[in-house]
Amino acid sequence: MIAAILQVVLVVAGAPLLIGLMRQVRARLEGRAGAGVLQPWRDLRKLLRKEPIAPRGTGWAFRLAPLLLAASALVVTAVVPLVTTASPLDGVADLFAVTALLALGSVALALGALDTGTAFGGMGASREVTVLALVEPTILLAVFALSVRVGSTNLGAIVNSTLDDPLAVISPASVLAAVALAVVIIAETGRIPVDNPSTHLELTMIHEAMVLEYSGPDLALIEWASAIRLSVLLGLLGSLFAPWGIAGAEAGPVALLVAVVALAVKVGVLGVLLAAGEVFMAKLRLFRIPELLAGSFLMALLAVGASFFLA
Amino acid sequence: MNLTQTSFALALALCLAAALAALALPRRTRPAVAGALTAAAGACAVVSGAAAVAGQGWSAWYPELLPLLGVRLALDPLGGVFLAVTGAVAVCAAIYGIGYTRHGLAGRGVQAALPLFVAAMLLVPAAAGVGTFLVAWELMAITSLLLVVAEHHRRAAAGEAGQWYAVMTHLGFAAILAGLAALAAHAGGDAFEQIRQAAISPVAASLIFLATGAGFASKAGIVPLHVWLPRAHPEAPSQVSALMSAAMVNMGVYGILRVGLDLLGGGPAWWWLLVLGAGAASAVYGILHAAVSADLKRLLGHSTTENMGLVLIGVGAAGFFAASGSRALAALALVAALLHVINHSAFKTLLFLAAGSVLHATGTRDLDALGGLRERMPYTTALFALGALAASALPPGNGFVSEWLLLQSLVNALPEGGVRHAVTMPLAVGAIALTAGVAIATFVKAFGVGFLAKPRGEGAATAHESPPSMLAGMLLAAAACAGLALAPTLLLPYLAETAGGVIGAPAAVTGEVTLRLGGIASTISPLLIACWLAAALVLVLALLRVFAARRARREARLWDCGAGPMTARMEYTATSFAEPLGRVFDNVLRPESDIDVIPAKESAYIVERVRYRARVADRIERRAYEPVLAAFAAAGRAATRLANGSVHRYLAYGFYTLTGTLILLAVIA
Repeated sequence: MIAAILQVVLVVAGAPLLIGLMRQVRARLEGRAGAGVLQPWRDLRKLLRKEPIAPRGTGWAFRLAPLLLAASALVVTAVVPLVTTASPLDGVADLFAVTALLALGSVALALGALDTGTAFGGMGASREVTVLALVEPTILLAVFALSVRVGSTNLGAIVNSTLDDPLAVISPASVLAAVALAVVIIAETGRIPVDNPSTHLELTMIHEAMVLEYSGPDLALIEWASAIRLSVLLGLLGSLFAPWGIAGAEAGPVALLVAVVALAVKVGVLGVLLAAGEVFMAKLRLFRIPELLAGSFLMALLAVGASFFLA
Repeated sequence: MNLTQTSFALALALCLAAALAALALPRRTRPAVAGALTAAAGACAVVSGAAAVAGQGWSAWYPELLPLLGVRLALDPLGGVFLAVTGAVAVCAAIYGIGYTRHGLAGRGVQAALPLFVAAMLLVPAAAGVGTFLVAWELMAITSLLLVVAEHHRRAAAGEAGQWYAVMTHLGFAAILAGLAALAAHAGGDAFEQIRQAAISPVAASLIFLATGAGFASKAGIVPLHVWLPRAHPEAPSQVSALMSAAMVNMGVYGILRVGLDLLGGGPAWWWLLVLGAGAASAVYGILHAAVSADLKRLLGHSTTENMGLVLIGVGAAGFFAASGSRALAALALVAALLHVINHSAFKTLLFLAAGSVLHATGTRDLDALGGLRERMPYTTALFALGALAASALPPGNGFVSEWLLLQSLVNALPEGGVRHAVTMPLAVGAIALTAGVAIATFVKAFGVGFLAKPRGEGAATAHESPPSMLAGMLLAAAACAGLALAPTLLLPYLAETAGGVIGAPAAVTGEVTLRLGGIASTISPLLIACWLAAALVLVLALLRVFAARRARREARLWDCGAGPMTARMEYTATSFAEPLGRVFDNVLRPESDIDVIPAKESAYIVERVRYRARVADRIERRAYEPVLAAFAAAGRAATRLANGSVHRYLAYGFYTLTGTLILLAVIA
């Protein structure tokens, strides 16, 4: 229980820092000074102090969306094995459930965007759910591939089995599933080449188009929840394919400390890699994204095949 | 007389009373009395079905009721599940119908046909003989056909839909008739009891399964026999749409289960792979068409095809696992299929009734002309949102639980199966996942465009909330959805028992709060997910109160990138919302568009009007049905040449036919 609370606090506090780190890496690689790793936290503080706005013509869907997005992100944070494999929420810590909870957050945001009735809101929502629909098959098949070895889709069980048998990580099924999951995580979190988090150009926006009408505390909640989603998904990728350092069910304070450091390092490294990759890549055209996602789907399908035929 | 029998008899009697009341009473009181009696009949059917599921079986034979064969009735747990579902849908639809039919649909015919339709649907799962089953099936088809064409004088489309439905359902009936008659002939008797005991040769069994399967699949709206469904379901009055889409299609699934797993006792694996494949194709095809549909009720009709596809994936998997020896998994897959039948009935009832309220209030079902209903129809909006959550299979909706069970049964088949499993299971999971993803997009569109933002048309701008009886019908369905979402564990032991009985395996699902599966380590707790989501919401609100500035929300103009005031014409419509998906799945959907540029009279270079039309036609209909229809039409035209009006010619036809028949008889004799 303590480990789970520690995990939630760590992610909640650290997620904006991850965004700051990634922006800083990008800035340095692009030859800029950058605003510092703490800048996202400063932004959040500033936004929280502003007065909330209710744009005319919007209703409860618009108000509820940020709350639901943040709530679903928090639940996911509490159940995914990042610091500890012993989730206190047995019965929720299922990979299918986690995927669905993340989708629930996206859906809430898409409905909030549609509720504004602006062309941008509709555009963002339409694109978001299109990408979501195409991401879903890859995720579920990758889950399938990972669960075959374990006989369960429980996240703790999958991570524990990898800890017991480290060589399984370099099995063809695992590698293919890792690549497929990496691609869909990029798509889910709206990074280049699927979406560009720093653009406001109507031809390319997905996520940003949905949040255009939000301001003040609502926007702070969305930014914060998006950061949490990114950290959790990167952490999950780390835990599934490099679970070392993660604490078991009865871990002492030292083991927990090791787990926290290991998580920070894993997520940090993945974040830096992602940011560095983004510098060297351009965003794909919207209608090329399905090709990328079809590729990842194929990868996941091969992973399932490999888990059976090459096991 | 046990509870099952008493309440079943009472349900049928109440249906008859409702039909008689509809015929006898004056127009003013007719909808209320007939509706109340039908709802009571539905409630009795729920009790009867529940008693049958709980183990109080019942069977009876009334030899005098039907010439030659007699009426055979029996209720076992499997029939009980479908009976209870039908009854529950009938309760919601009948209560809703009281308010819905008051204006324009209160005629004798419609009011009397509805209870008879319900009675026929109650008889189908209770039939225990081939003759009884076929009579009930045909009664169900005819009464529903009458209801589909109820509004044909107002909309020509209803008449056309009725034609499609009449032809398809009777072709299906012919297939079922042929199959079941052959079955009875092979078994040497009409009773299901006799058929179960009979030894039927594999070839005959396969032919019977294919024939009846085609008939049942067409009733369930399975690709490629689905073409009638998205026409007929939307054109029927909305409470009838709910009955058809949430109760009648289930009978197709029931038929496949009853004949395939029960009467024929399983059969070879390829039968079930065929069912699984048809299910997967229907799920994907149905949801893709739903995603690009801009007609709210048509969208729901396509989604019925999708959900029946998902159910058949479960049924096919169950049969396939049973045929390949893993009975525990087969029982799990069947539980998933049965739970999905129940879940789909609950949310589809709710969605069709809510769509009916929208139609009632705005006069249109075109999503492109809707929007902005959340202020004028707050209850309908909230209820539709609940149904949409369930239909998109997201937690904490009820659809999520059954899809989770289905995925678990497929995912865990791989380690113990052979190469056939390794090839089919990933594809099935992929199909389910794609379906789930596109379903999310579909229902975000249906709810977001249909109910949120600003009104896009005159009807939506002047909408009004529905009368209490309609809201009550929807509320009942919503309560069922919520109950199934939070506490499926109350129901699942009985379903597991039922499925175990059909397959011949121990109960596959146990657990009070957390679902535990026999032999599989995965667990899920729908109640806990909902509780934790609620707790997280409270936490986020608390954090906001602590850290955010405590200032009142200020009203302001929509920013919209600083552009001028927004008009409703600038909003995204359902068509524009679905355009990217249509483009991604271009190969399957083949959206068509044409542009007419009409020049002004004065000069060809001055454009007076540009007309743009886009539509997504059903490709299966275009490729497979239209050539056949065209051939029939051509044959019909050619046949008119035979009848040119000359009496001499007709006399000659008569003479030659008579001579020909006599010669034929002489040769045969």
